[in-house]
Amino acid sequence: MMILIGKTNINFIAKRHIFFAVSGLALAVGIVSVAVKGANLGLDFTGGTLLQVKFDKPITISEVRRAVKAAGIEAGIQTFIGRNAFALKVKGRQENVNEIADKLLQSLKSNIQGNTFSEERRDYVGPVVGRDLSKKALFAIILSLFGIIIYVAFRFSNPVWGAAGVIALLHDVFVTFGAMSITNREVDLVVVAALLTIAGYSINDTIVIFDRMRENIRKFPKMLLGELINVSVNETLSRTLITNMSVLGIVLILFIFGGDVINNFAFAMLVGSIAGTYSTIAISTPLVYQWERRRK
Amino acid sequence: MNTLHWKLGLALGLLILSVWLLYPTVEWYTKPADERSKLEAIKMRPKKLLNLGLDLRGGTHMLLELDVEKLDKKTDLADALARAIEIIRNRIDQYGVGETPISRQGERWISVDLPGISNTEEAEDLIGRTALLEFRLVNTSPEAENALTRVAELNESPFAKDGALNPEIAKLMPKGARLFRASSDEDGARTKYYVLESTVSITGAYLENARVQTDNQFGTPNIAFTFNKEGGKIFESFTGNNVGKYLAIVLDDVVHSAPVIKSRIGGGSGVIEGSFTIEEARNLAIVLRAGALPAPVRIIEKRVVGPDLGEDSIKKGLTASVVGFLAVVLFMMVYYKAGGLVANIALGMNFVLLIAAMSYFSATLTLPGIAGMILSLAMAIDANVLILERMREELALSKPIQLIIPTAYDKAWSAILDSNVTTWIAAIFLFQFGSGPVKGFAVTLTIGLLCGMFTSVFITRAIYEFWLTSNPKELSV
Repeated sequence: MMILIGKTNINFIAKRHIFFAVSGLALAVGIVSVAVKGANLGLDFTGGTLLQVKFDKPITISEVRRAVKAAGIEAGIQTFIGRNAFALKVKGRQENVNEIADKLLQSLKSNIQGNTFSEERRDYVGPVVGRDLSKKALFAIILSLFGIIIYVAFRFSNPVWGAAGVIALLHDVFVTFGAMSITNREVDLVVVAALLTIAGYSINDTIVIFDRMRENIRKFPKMLLGELINVSVNETLSRTLITNMSVLGIVLILFIFGGDVINNFAFAMLVGSIAGTYSTIAISTPLVYQWERRRK
Repeated sequence: MNTLHWKLGLALGLLILSVWLLYPTVEWYTKPADERSKLEAIKMRPKKLLNLGLDLRGGTHMLLELDVEKLDKKTDLADALARAIEIIRNRIDQYGVGETPISRQGERWISVDLPGISNTEEAEDLIGRTALLEFRLVNTSPEAENALTRVAELNESPFAKDGALNPEIAKLMPKGARLFRASSDEDGARTKYYVLESTVSITGAYLENARVQTDNQFGTPNIAFTFNKEGGKIFESFTGNNVGKYLAIVLDDVVHSAPVIKSRIGGGSGVIEGSFTIEEARNLAIVLRAGALPAPVRIIEKRVVGPDLGEDSIKKGLTASVVGFLAVVLFMMVYYKAGGLVANIALGMNFVLLIAAMSYFSATLTLPGIAGMILSLAMAIDANVLILERMREELALSKPIQLIIPTAYDKAWSAILDSNVTTWIAAIFLFQFGSGPVKGFAVTLTIGLLCGMFTSVFITRAIYEFWLTSNPKELSV
């Protein structure tokens, strides 16, 4: 039998203050970054126009920038290495569908000589749509968090567990969001899907340990809560590592080889799955201990 | 037959069913791209197929908003929206594009997906046009002449940006009349204006047919239309009562021509003239045939993905995912040996079931949908790991194999159930209240969770039970 780790007996609960401090630090760095730099929200939420063009011959970004400036438009320019492709983004309130994109095309055509290009992608998001999308997504997420708390409270006959699981989940989502801000990555709808995936994955991971705790409470009714949690986490540790390493492996491969389009998604998943593994051991169960002990 | 036979039979039956459901999808996507588009154009595309979202195959997505304020006060909003969708679908069908999902979104939004189309100007014109055809009498009173003279003296359009009439002109207008713009014949020419009666004599609602024809004299295209029986009668008596007057043909508040009524017009047909190109005339005929939208629509979101970009993103993402899962499959085999093999069979079947179910529901796969799939597959892996780890735990207690299998499943079950249900709760809310991409995520996640639970618990257990009948001495996990 191949064994990754043998029987362990790590006292996780005793280290909880270190865990809380590490998480607090990670969250704080994220919050500072979001506060200082702001989240780099995509067109999906801010509204605006994106125009992506691909040139037939190599061209420098400064040439493209000059052509954009000539149109009198303030646009963010993103390059795709090795493809001669550029994404021009103009965020903000725009009432007319094709106005900005057509202006940009016109200016590229007249200002760049001796090179032709084709339009690869064009996005326009009107002001109402962006607001509606974020409102709806947020509403759905908040409702589902309540749903999770209620279900967990019901299945584990304790509302504290559900709340701890949800806090661990929020921790993972916020850490990921902060990491997106630190690395200047844009948050668009696909990243929101990644955040949802992280949330689902995090709660899944937590529930498995809760399940073992529930089982051990029945088995050893006299055991103290701290010891019970430690035993449960240690017993499930090899499963936690194997599952999470499998998922991490997939996500890592997606991040490295998945291409430009899903790179932000893969990055969010990468950070989120690491945070998810960590928070299961270091946040959700120690939180249960912290709250339950105080109550007793 | 005992329960084991029954279980194995069910597993095998499901596998055969999924392969059967998958067959059209596989056959379709292995065809060359141009053959697919040809078949789509003639509506020979199989119905029960896994669709690729526009982000993966290229195309145009548009979100339209119905201008509720311009809606007739008596009409119900939901009815109007349903009618607008029907009409837009009609127009697109006649235009000859393949499968085009059109759906209601929210209270007054319509989402239109045009796969494969990335040059959208024509499509935008086709979809966005209200196509309200009206016939109104020209007001030739001296007040009207006076107002038109004043309009001509203005150096700008008499209409403000929001469509309101210049207040000075509004004062000059005769009672019961409205100012209309004429379609401009050539670029740079001064726009002409008409004063028309407010009451509409007859509308395009009575149209039976409209088609493009070429003018005999100049060879320019124009649109010939026919009224239905009822409309023909109204038109005949109306023209009979108004011989000698000018009748303006107004399309979407623009006057296209205003010929004089020479005599009573029977037969209920007429011609809309104007300087159209062939394409414009063709599209105009389509929108007239399909009918007018209950109110104007406005494009509030548009996303165009070129076909190459979509293909590029799917190729790279797909390759990376395949490599990732192969790595996991390999790891499971090495780490859990025979147990890993069983788990891999379950994972493979999970994948087949998932794609088959999505094909059956004609679901659309988008990037967020793939995210949902990854999550469900990760949870299926987890379920297998949970069971296998339990087996190892029981094995360490040196129990007989006949006991290990059921105990491991019993103990792992509550964790698998609770973690799946919790995620599923989130998926339900996301499906119910989320829109677009979030919904796509929720759909694949829900189907994926169901398939994952079934394969990793039911299928693997059936395999182990079958294996137990051979009275094995050793469990290799």
